[in-house]
Amino acid sequence: MIAERPARTRYEPVIGIEIHVQLRTASKMFCGCSTDSVEAPPNTLTCPVCLAMPGTLPVINRRAVEHVLATGLALEAEIPEVTRWDRKNYFYPDLPKSYQISQYDLPLSARGRLTFDTSEGPVIVSITRAHLEEDTARLIHQPGADGQRVSLVDFNRSGVPLMEVVTEPELHSAEAARRYAEELRMLLLAIGASDAAMENGQMRVEANVSLRERGTEPFGTRVEVKNMNSFRSVERAIEFEIDRQAQALDAGEPLSQETRGWDDARGVTYTMRSKEDSHDYRYFPEPDLPPLRPDRAWLERIRAGLPELPAARRARYRDEVGLSAYDAAVLAGDAGAVALFESARNADPGLSAKRIANWVTGEYLRLAKGAGPESTTSATRADGVQLARLVRLVEEGAISGTNGKQVLERHVATGEAVDAIVKELGLAQISDERPLVAAIDDVVAANPTAVSDLLAGKTQVLGFLTGQVMKATRGQANAAKVRELLERRLASGAQGPTEGAPAGSTGDDPGSTGGPLGSTGDDPGSIGSRD
Amino acid sequence: MTSSRGLTRLSAHRMGAGLRAGEFSARELLDAHLSLIEAQDGALHAWVSLDFERAREAADRADTTLVAARGVSAAPRDGSTPTLDALPRLLGIPVALKDLVVTRGRPSTAGSRILESFISPYDAHIAERLDAAGAIVPGKTNMDEFAMGSSTEHSAWGPTGNPWALDRVPGGSSGGSAAAVAAYHVPLAIGTDTGGSIRQPAALTGTVGLKPTYGRVSRFGIIAFASSLDQIGPFGRDVRDTAILLGTIAGRDERDSTSAPVAVPDYAGELPSSDDEAAASLRGVRLGLPRQYFVKGMEPGVEARVREAVAALADAGAEIVDVDLPHTDYGLATYYIVAPAEASANLARYDGIRFGRSVRGADVLGNYLATRGGGFGAEVKRRIMLGTYALSAGYYDAYYLKAQKVRTLLKRDFDEAFAQVDALVAPTSPTVAFPLGARLDDPVAMYLSDACTLPVNMAGLPGLSIPCGLSEGLPVGLQLIGRAWDEARLFRLGRAYEAITADAKWRTLEPTDLRALDDPATPGPMERVAIMGR
Repeated sequence: MIAERPARTRYEPVIGIEIHVQLRTASKMFCGCSTDSVEAPPNTLTCPVCLAMPGTLPVINRRAVEHVLATGLALEAEIPEVTRWDRKNYFYPDLPKSYQISQYDLPLSARGRLTFDTSEGPVIVSITRAHLEEDTARLIHQPGADGQRVSLVDFNRSGVPLMEVVTEPELHSAEAARRYAEELRMLLLAIGASDAAMENGQMRVEANVSLRERGTEPFGTRVEVKNMNSFRSVERAIEFEIDRQAQALDAGEPLSQETRGWDDARGVTYTMRSKEDSHDYRYFPEPDLPPLRPDRAWLERIRAGLPELPAARRARYRDEVGLSAYDAAVLAGDAGAVALFESARNADPGLSAKRIANWVTGEYLRLAKGAGPESTTSATRADGVQLARLVRLVEEGAISGTNGKQVLERHVATGEAVDAIVKELGLAQISDERPLVAAIDDVVAANPTAVSDLLAGKTQVLGFLTGQVMKATRGQANAAKVRELLERRLASGAQGPTEGAPAGSTGDDPGSTGGPLGSTGDDPGSIGSRD
Repeated sequence: MTSSRGLTRLSAHRMGAGLRAGEFSARELLDAHLSLIEAQDGALHAWVSLDFERAREAADRADTTLVAARGVSAAPRDGSTPTLDALPRLLGIPVALKDLVVTRGRPSTAGSRILESFISPYDAHIAERLDAAGAIVPGKTNMDEFAMGSSTEHSAWGPTGNPWALDRVPGGSSGGSAAAVAAYHVPLAIGTDTGGSIRQPAALTGTVGLKPTYGRVSRFGIIAFASSLDQIGPFGRDVRDTAILLGTIAGRDERDSTSAPVAVPDYAGELPSSDDEAAASLRGVRLGLPRQYFVKGMEPGVEARVREAVAALADAGAEIVDVDLPHTDYGLATYYIVAPAEASANLARYDGIRFGRSVRGADVLGNYLATRGGGFGAEVKRRIMLGTYALSAGYYDAYYLKAQKVRTLLKRDFDEAFAQVDALVAPTSPTVAFPLGARLDDPVAMYLSDACTLPVNMAGLPGLSIPCGLSEGLPVGLQLIGRAWDEARLFRLGRAYEAITADAKWRTLEPTDLRALDDPATPGPMERVAIMGR
C-alpha cells in the first residue's frame, strides 16, 4: 500500500462515477427471454432475437423504461419530451448484433442530483444522465479438449436490461465515491428498480479519477478504474489510484489516459487498455425502434408510485422514531430491514418503535448479513408479526434478551413462529418466584463457601451465585429477579427456603394470564395460548 | 379443362375462383407451376432453393380444406367448417419468397455466401401470414446479395435472366421474384424494396410491383439491409392480384416496433369489378407529373411510353398537374449515405460466431477477417465501407446527419406536392432492362437505375409500378406514388390504367424469351455471361 499521504495535500482528487445496474424485469430488454440467469445452464435463456439471428428486431421492455424513469424522477432529473435509442457499434464475440442498443444524446433522464452523507457532512452530486441499454453475453475462458485455451459464450445474459447512471466529476474523495454508490444502491432498492447486488454483477461501479493542484480549475489526466466488486474495493481502489497519481505527479512522471483494473487481492490497479485502443463506436440512431415520447400522465403515475426514498426515510427514523443518525442510516439502508421494521410496527403498535428498530438494526441485520457484509437487501424468512411478538416477549420479561436473540436466529433461518420456537427450545423466562426460590435453595446449599464469603461482605460473589442459578435453569431464569431474590434471601441471613414472595411481581407478564408461565422450565406452553 | 400450362397463365384471383369451383385442384395447380420451374429454371435461374415436397403437402392440405368447404356449401352448415366464400383468397395459390424471408428449417441466404449454411429457427411474420392464408411456397428466389443491387447480378449464386431477353437483367434486387412471376413460374411473389428493389424489377420484367408505405408490412424475419428504408411488398401480373397479396401480408405486428397500427383496407375487394367502372374512377383525379423525374439519362423510348400513359390517363378524365420535387437530385447521394450506414451495422452480426459461415483465423480478429472477407461479395463490402466511413468520428455530422436533414427536405417535397395532387405519375426506371454485365463495373451507373424510385423510400411512401408498354421490345414501367397509407388509391389508379389500356396490343404479348426457356439447349445466365464475356 502506498502511504505517502503528504503528497495528497497538494492535489485535489476529481472523481466521476459510472454505475451500471441490472434492472429488475422478468424478461430481457428486447425479447421475452427470462432474465433469471444466475441458476440457468448456459445458453438456455435465448431466442432468435437475443442471439441476433438474421431478420430479428428488438421490442422495448416497458418495465425497464419505467424503472429508468422512476430512477430519474427519484434523482430529481429531467425527463425529455423525446428519447431515443442508438446503436453503439463494435465487434466482440459477446455482442451478438455487433452493436449494443444504448442511448447516446437523448437519454431517458438527465441533469439530476443525489444527496448523501459522508463523515465530512452531506454531499450533493450532480447526475449527468441515466440511460437504458442492453447487457452483453458472458465469455468463459477455459482449456479446451486439446489443451488449447478456448473461449465459450453464454448468451443467457445477452440483452438483459441495464441502466447506466453517470455523475458529473464532482466527487473529491474515495469515501464520497463509495458513499454515493451506496446511496444510489439504496435508492434503487427502495424503488425496486434493481436488486443491485455487486457480488453477482447486478451493480458495476466504474470510477474516473484525476488529480489537479488544489486551487486550480483544469482537470488532470483521467484514469478509468474498473473491476471493483464491492463498496469496500471501490473505496480502496480509488484511494490507491489517488496515491498512485499523486506520487507520479510529484515525481514529474506523465500520467496516461487509460483504463485500469482493480486487483483486490494485491490491492493495486493495473493497466487494462490505453487510450490508443479506444473504439470509435459510430453511434447512430437505432432505426428499428421509434423515438419514445413519455407522456405526462404516464410519468405522473410513475411519480405517484415512488416509495419513500432512503434520505427521507432516514430523516423520519431519526426524527420520529428517535434513532441515532447511524442506526437510521443502517435501517433505511436495507430494504428487507425496512420492510421487517415497518411490518413489526404495524403488527403491534403498542411496542416502542425504537426497541423494534434496535432489534432490526442489531441482531436481525447481523444474522441476515452473516454471509457477507455487503449482501443485498436482506432476504430472510423473518416476518414482522413474529418479530413484534418476540420484542413484546422480551419487553415483558417472558423470555430473556439473550434467549430472544437465540429465538430470532432460529426464526430468521426457518421462519417458524416465535412462540413455537420458545416452546420447543424451552426458553420461556422464569420470573415466577416459586421455581426460582427452589433453584436458589439448591445453589445456596451447594455453595456454602460462596455464601459465607457473601455474608462476609464480598458482594462480587452475588454475580457468581446468580450465574449458578441461571445455569441451573438453562438460562431461563429472569436474572434480575434471581438477583433480587438472592439479595433478599441473604439479607435475611436465613439459609432456609424463602417464603411469601409477592405474587404481583409477575402480574404484567403476558404469559401469566394464560397459565403457570415459567412455573416450570418445561412448560412454557402457555405462551402459545395467546396466539 | 384448362391445360397444365394454361393453368399457369391464369391470374391468381382466377386461380382462386377455379379452385373454389372445383375446376382444378390445388395440387394440379401447383404441379403445373412446378413442371414449368423444373423445365425452365436452368435457363432462367429465378430460384435459389426449392422445396417441392413441402409445397405438395401444403397443396394437399389446401385441397382438403377446399373439399370440406365445398361440402358445407352443398349441405346445411355445421358452423365449424368455413364456407367457400370465407376461405382466404390465397388458399392453394403458389407464392414465391425472396431469399431474405426467413422460414423455419429452410435455407435463407439473402443471396450471400456468408449465409450459405444458415437455417432459420423461426418463421418471418409474412411467412406465418402466408401459411395461415393457405398460400403454397415452392421456394425462394434469387436476389442481389443482401438486396444491394439493381440487377440481381450481385447474387453469390449467379445472375437471373430476364424472360423478355435472357441476355438482359431482370432488375434487382428482387430480380428472381420478378422473373419468376413474369415467366409464369408463380402468379405471385414477395420482394423487398429499399431503394426500388420491387418497382424497378417489376418495370424491367413487365410485372406489377408495389412498395408499401414504410411500416405497412412487418419486417420481422426479413433479413435487414437498411432498416429505415426496407419494406416488403408484392409482385403480381395484374393489379388485383398484387392487391390480394398485400392484403394478406399487411398490418401491425408487435414484433416489429416500426410496423404501424394502421387499419388495412380490403384492397382487392374494394377494386371496381368492371373495366368501365374502373376507367370511370379516373374522372376528377388530380395526378402530379414531377418535372425532375424526366431528365438526363432517360431513354427516349421509356419517356415516350410514360408520356403516352399519362396522356391516356388524362383522356380518361384525370387532371394532370406539373409538380416540382426540387430536392430529387440529392436523393441518390443521401440514399447512398443512409442506406450503407444502416447496412454497415445490420451486417455486422455476420461474424461467424453463432450461425452461417465461420472460418477460423489466428485469433478473434483473424476469424472476423476470414469469415467476412470470404463471405461477402464486392458490392456488399463496398457498402459496408461506405457506411462505416459515413458514421465515423469526425465525419458523422458532415455525412449521416446532413443526409438525414436532406431526407427531411425530400419528404417535404412530397408533402407539398400532395397538397396539390392525389398521386404522382412518373417513370419507374429511366431505362429498359440492360444487358447482363453492362453496369457491373460501374457502380454509379448501377446506382442511377434507382434514381426515380429511391426518393420514395427516403420519404417512406407507397409506390406502385405497372407495365405501360414496350420500348425496343422490352417492358417499360409506370410508377404511381401515393400519400402514406394510400396504397388503396394506387391500386385503384393502377386498375383504372389497366382498364383503359385493356385492348392495347402489348398486353397480349408474352415475354419474348419464354420459348427459349423451354429449350434444354438454352444456356443458364452464368454460362451466358461467360459466353458474352468471350
